[in-house]
Amino acid sequence: MSALLDLFTAVSVLTGAVFFLAGVVGLLRFPDTLSRLHALTKADNVGLGLIVIGLLPQAGSVFAALKLLLVWLLVLLAASTVGQMMARVARRAEPPQ
Amino acid sequence: MNLTVVLESALAVLVLGAAVWTIAARSAFAAAVGFVSYGLLLSLVWVQLAAVDVALTEAAIGSGLTGVLLLGAVATLRRTEAHTLRRPGRALRVTAAVCCALISAALAVVVLTLPESGPTLAPEAMAALPATGVGNPVTGVLMAFRGFDTLLEKVVLVLALVGVWSLAPDRCWDGRPGLEHRLPADGVLPFFARTLPPFGVLLGIHLMWTGADNPGGAFQGGTVLAAMWLLVMMAGVRDAPAIREQWVRLALVSGPVVFLAVGLAGMLTAGAFLAYPVAIAKPLILLIEVPMLLTIALALGLLVAGPPERAADAP
Repeated sequence: MSALLDLFTAVSVLTGAVFFLAGVVGLLRFPDTLSRLHALTKADNVGLGLIVIGLLPQAGSVFAALKLLLVWLLVLLAASTVGQMMARVARRAEPPQ
Repeated sequence: MNLTVVLESALAVLVLGAAVWTIAARSAFAAAVGFVSYGLLLSLVWVQLAAVDVALTEAAIGSGLTGVLLLGAVATLRRTEAHTLRRPGRALRVTAAVCCALISAALAVVVLTLPESGPTLAPEAMAALPATGVGNPVTGVLMAFRGFDTLLEKVVLVLALVGVWSLAPDRCWDGRPGLEHRLPADGVLPFFARTLPPFGVLLGIHLMWTGADNPGGAFQGGTVLAAMWLLVMMAGVRDAPAIREQWVRLALVSGPVVFLAVGLAGMLTAGAFLAYPVAIAKPLILLIEVPMLLTIALALGLLVAGPPERAADAP
């Protein structure tokens, strides 16, 4: 059972890391601010989400697991707010063609 | 080579890279952003060195609060930046390079000739820690063994704020700091500024409370509270208070005043300035830390808010 849980953790965290890698590649390669933001927010939302889900079986206690979930939710809130605000500034600076 | 060495080396390269990039950046905005990322990387280094207290302070003050102050300065300087982008003359650049190289060389020599294990008071501090009633040695040193430094630090904080306030034009003196932030009430930022502060306030108080036995303390907690307050002010949810308000001034001086009062009482009850009677050391430290948290949060928030720019009776 615990080996199965460890496998689940490994797969989920690695998938999350792939999303982060894709986000960084997008940040470096995409042509304009809005597409770069698009790439970056996927890494934040899905990547961190997968990593947190993967870590849940290793958390040890229900309380620690809830803390991990709370961290994810707060990062989601902050990242989406910042993403929105940067997108607004970017639209004003370089209007879409 | 094991994994820790690889991670630590990568971290060191990243910190150096961020530092060089911050210095080399041509625009002030890029340099400020570089400085913030440099501070965050540096706090990871502190975690790696098992100095979590320092890491928290570096992230909160060194990177977060200083970062906001620098970004504010960049916004103010933007009008004049076009003039300063001209390349300085060769003589000036050579002089600057020689001075920087000399300072770097001197620092390198000093660091390399440091004794392997320097003189330390750590064992004595650890041995005397139980008398203070707190379990975190950093808090013990800050609040008991080196209480005088901490007291002066709070006084300096209030003095710095008075310095910022003195930049106000005469007609705005005792008025409201900064510009008014008017945003649509249903916008993204006001929503964020209404959702996050309950968590942030809880975390700030928790950091102060848990600082007795775990990494944390009044400074880190106060910075988190200040950040929440700034968020509320910047989103236009609540305006900044006029600096002539009685409660602002009372809360600002409460930290140093309570600290000083307890310190003076120590002369009678424990035989020395800033000494605590051992039996009630822990409650006294808490009594000092609570108003200190208030002072730090208020002073840091008002430092970022800047000098008064609107008359107190203006709407």
